[in-house]
Amino acid sequence: MDFLTIIQIGDSTIRLATPLLLACLAGLFSERSGIIDIGLEGKMLISAFFSAAVAALTGSVWLGLLAGVAAAVIFSLIHGLASITFRGDQLISGVALNFLASGMSVLIAQDIFAQGGRTPSLSGDARFASLDLPFAEALSGVPILGPIYSDMLSGHTILVYVALLAVPATWYVLFRTRFGLRLRAVGENPGAVDTAGVSVKRLRYGAVLICGLLSGLGGAYLSTGLAAGFTQEMTAGRGYIALAALIFAKWRPWQALGACLLFGFLQAVSNRFNSIDLILFEIPNAFVLALPYILTVVILAGFVGRAVPPRAGGTPYVKER
Amino acid sequence: MTSMSKILGAAATLALSAGAALAEPGLIIDLGGKFDKSFNESAYTGAQRWVEETGGDYVETELQSEAQREQTMRRMAERGANPVVVLGFANASTLEKVAPDYPDTNFVIIDEQVDQPNVKSIKFAEHEGSYLAGMMAAIASETGTVSFVGGMDVPLIRKFACGYAQGAKAVNEDIEVIQNMTGTTPAAWNDPVKGGELTRSQISQGSDVVYAAAGGTGVGVLQAAADEGIYAIGVDSNQNYMHPETMLTSMVKRVDNAVYDAFEAAEAGTLETGLEVLDLESEGVALAMDENNEDLVTEEMRTAIDEAKQQIIAGEIEVHDYTETDSCPVEM
Repeated sequence: MDFLTIIQIGDSTIRLATPLLLACLAGLFSERSGIIDIGLEGKMLISAFFSAAVAALTGSVWLGLLAGVAAAVIFSLIHGLASITFRGDQLISGVALNFLASGMSVLIAQDIFAQGGRTPSLSGDARFASLDLPFAEALSGVPILGPIYSDMLSGHTILVYVALLAVPATWYVLFRTRFGLRLRAVGENPGAVDTAGVSVKRLRYGAVLICGLLSGLGGAYLSTGLAAGFTQEMTAGRGYIALAALIFAKWRPWQALGACLLFGFLQAVSNRFNSIDLILFEIPNAFVLALPYILTVVILAGFVGRAVPPRAGGTPYVKER
Repeated sequence: MTSMSKILGAAATLALSAGAALAEPGLIIDLGGKFDKSFNESAYTGAQRWVEETGGDYVETELQSEAQREQTMRRMAERGANPVVVLGFANASTLEKVAPDYPDTNFVIIDEQVDQPNVKSIKFAEHEGSYLAGMMAAIASETGTVSFVGGMDVPLIRKFACGYAQGAKAVNEDIEVIQNMTGTTPAAWNDPVKGGELTRSQISQGSDVVYAAAGGTGVGVLQAAADEGIYAIGVDSNQNYMHPETMLTSMVKRVDNAVYDAFEAAEAGTLETGLEVLDLESEGVALAMDENNEDLVTEEMRTAIDEAKQQIIAGEIEVHDYTETDSCPVEM
């Protein structure tokens, strides 16, 4: 494998990891606050649809992004309403939202565009254009680092950089702010937070709102950044892989970046090579694609360290009277 | 009240008699959807043309999942549709089971052969059309590398790939042909994001012409090709209009004609069961030439393709069909 191939695979890895990363951080906020969110897939899907649909209708990708994020936030609020206010089962609410997104997106698309549940192809301003980082052109001649910067890191859409910046931002918010401390506490021991006079409900609602925002960005990236339009079920399980990445990263932001890059890398490799030829035996493509799930199971089984979820995850908080 | 029930009764009788008299043709649109801009859409267009030209009526349903195949086929037959046209190789095993239960109904299956007395099987010589597409790609390529993106990894799609590779190698023996399949489940027909990513990966390996035989996934392939400024070749329907600057051509499979002819033959009572292969000679497969790609098609391409087409029809060039041996004679 030569250097150029590595750069190209790196480039592809970043593109493929971005939606995973946004969804993974979304899940991180939600689950750290004690709200399990299996509905990431549905939120990404509904955002992918609304951002593509509004972008197609108005010709502006920014209005599309706004609509997509708004849709995902509304879905988050429904999830919050069911699991925080009404103390329902968080898994059931999440699964229901996934089904709702899957059906609703196609139904509305068919009604507006009559193209079999897809939006028209987007072009021009209705899509995110690729963004060149400063000095990308000038630095491309520098050996090794030049191509890494100008070919691998530069030339992605703005959402890719937003996703990458969201990692330190998440770390800062969670571990260096008062809000973050309380958020983590509410996921571990909501009773203690309540005793301290802080509203558990408000914190958890804050977390699911951030979750909606981030997963909305992820969905918009799929339909208006990577592809040019919405198609039925276009998230293709990325929300679930993001959940796997979250477990793999043991609910920590920097590790989440690592996990998403690893999973993106595995996808990029399987796209690039039909099978991987190790001298003694050949690894089939399907195995590489299954690796993220296998790794997650290995982690969950406790072979490599232990993955301990936030203690209060999945249990609605009932205030003592 | 009594008058109401009379009206209802009359309506019911009317509905019943309408049901019995129904001998309209039926069309079951396959997974991928009516507007996949490709295989299913082509069938739909054929049916629509038949409606416009004959003023006839037909019944249509669209599959939503793999599990509905048998149920939908049976319901269509029980409603009295004749013939029932099903699209795609994935229906073969179901049809094998359903067809004997409805001996008075004729079935038409496209893309696969089912040996039942009341089934007409229509297959296309995709390898021949893809061969011509491969030739055109090889002539257009400047890098000496061309590529192929398939949908679900099945013999039929490998048939496209193999014909394409043979055509490319016929023009330039040293040309490299990269081949990627999107997946191994029916979801592979509907993943434009992955299609685009596969295309970018092929471009980074030097490909400057990509041929997509991937249903809805192909939309992403053609889009990525347009974004990166390389040539693309569409499939099944004429997709030249989608990106006029970069669409070299489309390997058109006249599914529309097959559906149209089946409907028409059924109306005239001349539908013959058995196998029919639509090839270059019967214009069942062809390269689409229209105003969208006329600037991209050079004189050299035209002559080479016309010549090869005549030779294939005359049997001077034998294009290998992947599905006959489950292997391809050329390296990919």
